[in-house]
Amino acid sequence: MTDVHADVGAEHTAAPEGAADEEQGGGAPALISQRELELVARGERAAARGPKATRTVAARVSVWKRMPELWRARELFVFLVRKEIKVKYKNSFLGFLWSMLNPALTLAVFYVLFTFFLPNHIPNFVIYMFSAMLVWNLFQTAVLSGTQTVVANGGIVKKVAFPREILALASVGSAFMFFLFQSIVLLVFMVAFWHRPDWGAIWLIIPALAAVMAFAAALTVFLSAVNVYLRDTQHLVEVVLMAWFWAIPGIYAFSGRVHDGLVKHSIFFIPRTHLIWLYFANPITPVVMTFQRVFYNIWTARTTNAPHTVIPVMSHYGILWYLFADLAIFGVSMALLFGALVVFGRLEGNFAEEL
Amino acid sequence: MAAPIAVDVDDVSKRFRLYNEKYQSLKERLLHAGQNRHEDFWALRNVDFEVVEGETVGVLGRNGSGKSTLLKCVSGILQPTDGKVVVRGTLAALLELGAGFQPELSGRDNIYLNGSLLGLSTKEVERRFDDIVAFAELEHFIDNQVKFYSSGMFVRLGFAVAVNVEPDILVIDEVLAVGDENFQRKCLARIKQFQDDGRTILFVTHSSELVRQICDRAVVLSSGSVIEVGPAAEAIKVYHDHLLATGTAVDVPLGPGEDGTAEAAHRPIRITGLDLEHPGSGSRPYLLPNESLSVHVMFEASEPVDDVVFFLEVIDQRGELVFATDTDILGQVFDAPLGGGRADLTFERVPLLEGAYDVHVGIKSRSGVVYDRREQEGRFEVMNPGRSRGSVALEVRADIQAATLR
Repeated sequence: MTDVHADVGAEHTAAPEGAADEEQGGGAPALISQRELELVARGERAAARGPKATRTVAARVSVWKRMPELWRARELFVFLVRKEIKVKYKNSFLGFLWSMLNPALTLAVFYVLFTFFLPNHIPNFVIYMFSAMLVWNLFQTAVLSGTQTVVANGGIVKKVAFPREILALASVGSAFMFFLFQSIVLLVFMVAFWHRPDWGAIWLIIPALAAVMAFAAALTVFLSAVNVYLRDTQHLVEVVLMAWFWAIPGIYAFSGRVHDGLVKHSIFFIPRTHLIWLYFANPITPVVMTFQRVFYNIWTARTTNAPHTVIPVMSHYGILWYLFADLAIFGVSMALLFGALVVFGRLEGNFAEEL
Repeated sequence: MAAPIAVDVDDVSKRFRLYNEKYQSLKERLLHAGQNRHEDFWALRNVDFEVVEGETVGVLGRNGSGKSTLLKCVSGILQPTDGKVVVRGTLAALLELGAGFQPELSGRDNIYLNGSLLGLSTKEVERRFDDIVAFAELEHFIDNQVKFYSSGMFVRLGFAVAVNVEPDILVIDEVLAVGDENFQRKCLARIKQFQDDGRTILFVTHSSELVRQICDRAVVLSSGSVIEVGPAAEAIKVYHDHLLATGTAVDVPLGPGEDGTAEAAHRPIRITGLDLEHPGSGSRPYLLPNESLSVHVMFEASEPVDDVVFFLEVIDQRGELVFATDTDILGQVFDAPLGGGRADLTFERVPLLEGAYDVHVGIKSRSGVVYDRREQEGRFEVMNPGRSRGSVALEVRADIQAATLR
């Protein structure tokens, strides 16, 4: 199709000179140049909107490049946490109370059990246990819901591009919100029992919370990715968490029998080691003990049936011990979190196909 | 042209593993250790093209040609096995409308959540909130939980959020085929506005009609490989030729329900020539408004074919369909004997005022299987000798009177 009939202006004048070419004539070249002009104009308008960040999608994108994207999605984090809470509490105060039922029942069962049937002689046991349970529930909720989060949000993961780590981190975030709600209940209990916390050490909660949240985040990010490939991870996690609960001094006194036994025995009969190292290798334990130190703050107790025996409840570590322990856990957890983000990045590539 | 590149698809390949049986738990993996057999399937193979800033590029291909995989790689939902995609600017992907909607949340909450999923800040969502609600036509239901929405409302809300994101690059996967006609028109208008703003659009579809209307260029994919990158009209031609060569029916853009999904195993009848004739054919290359026009389609049947339908489309220079019909609609179904023949489709009057028009013709069966199709081969131009303007030659009569004063 050759066309001689290319003069553009002629289209609008009445009759062009009777050049005898076929009807498949003009129009086309005029149109192309018009479109090209339009494209240039569009490009200019695009450029006028200022500089743009580039992003690479490839099989391997380094953690350092992923981090800024994570930061950019911080508002999404807030919305995901908000969503989680709204869905959980069904947008009502009653729903909020309802969600407290489960931890309240657990608390009640343990309270009745260890006060009346298997008395452990811990005075104000509710406060002792509640300060531990606060930490434990935070950790457990974060890890349990976080492990399932990528699979549960498969619909979004398959259809929308966003840094998926946010999902795992949002689980920790909403667990923290849950923690705050439960803290109110602890406050109510403390007023009811007229139990004084150690006001001077109250700042210790901040490093303790940072430590447990960093650890939960590391674990959650890692497990949420693994669970996509091995779907029974979430069940394994449930079992492990159940056992884990008994490794923290939540419903038994740490000092006394437990402490002495741990100090007496060595790890796998290796000489000059102490089982207590293993006990403190559990990152939740020092955090729990910090909370008890702050909120419970009763070091020894006398039992009613043997008034002269003194029962140690909490250890006599100084405030600095708690601070260092919490900071150490925080440091190690941040390193673990970094590692978890690396693993997550490697596994993330196939999420959309595995789900 | 040194326009910057918005999307650079650099030698991208994507492999999927197809498992006979997929073991997705630790237990199963242990029980079937070493038995996880799979086949490799390359959904994309060395796909390489660039999209210039401000351009609208269509991605055409049959089902399973890798279109959607490509879009997912571009938008970052999937990571390519090989190669990379470099994206310059913010990108929003509309792969499924209302994809991150939470049924338990209200429409209002979902707008915020979805907006931030697509990369908007809270402030930006707040600024656009009223626009979004108005666009979705959901003013009365915005505080209802999304689970009580009808599917139409759901999709409208999804689209409204997505088009109000205003990314530098918009990636769309056949989501326009939703909503009533009015809503579709609004969507198209929105896309045009996007183009005018100089935003880049990557658009996946198997409707060549939409590509013709919207896109500057198109990429044609076939089993994961690019077979054509070029101007929209050319790419569409390649796409149709490819469909015919592989024996798949072309979707004929006629009325609903006639989208031709059957397959033509062979082509027993084909077009051998196309000719356009009008009263001034001998002396001038253009029509005058309201002149007649005959379209002659020469065909050749290699075996007798029953129920042959000739179809015809007139398309203007913006790619919009002006008119389409077929001989079935006209009540003329033809049983073609062995050998050649000629079909004359005559417009008694062409009430067009000005412009150049393409005539596409084709032969299909009554059930919608396309045997042959010719595009970009027939063209006519209408010249307006008068001074009225526009594209349609409407007949006007002026009748002016002064009001009679008492």
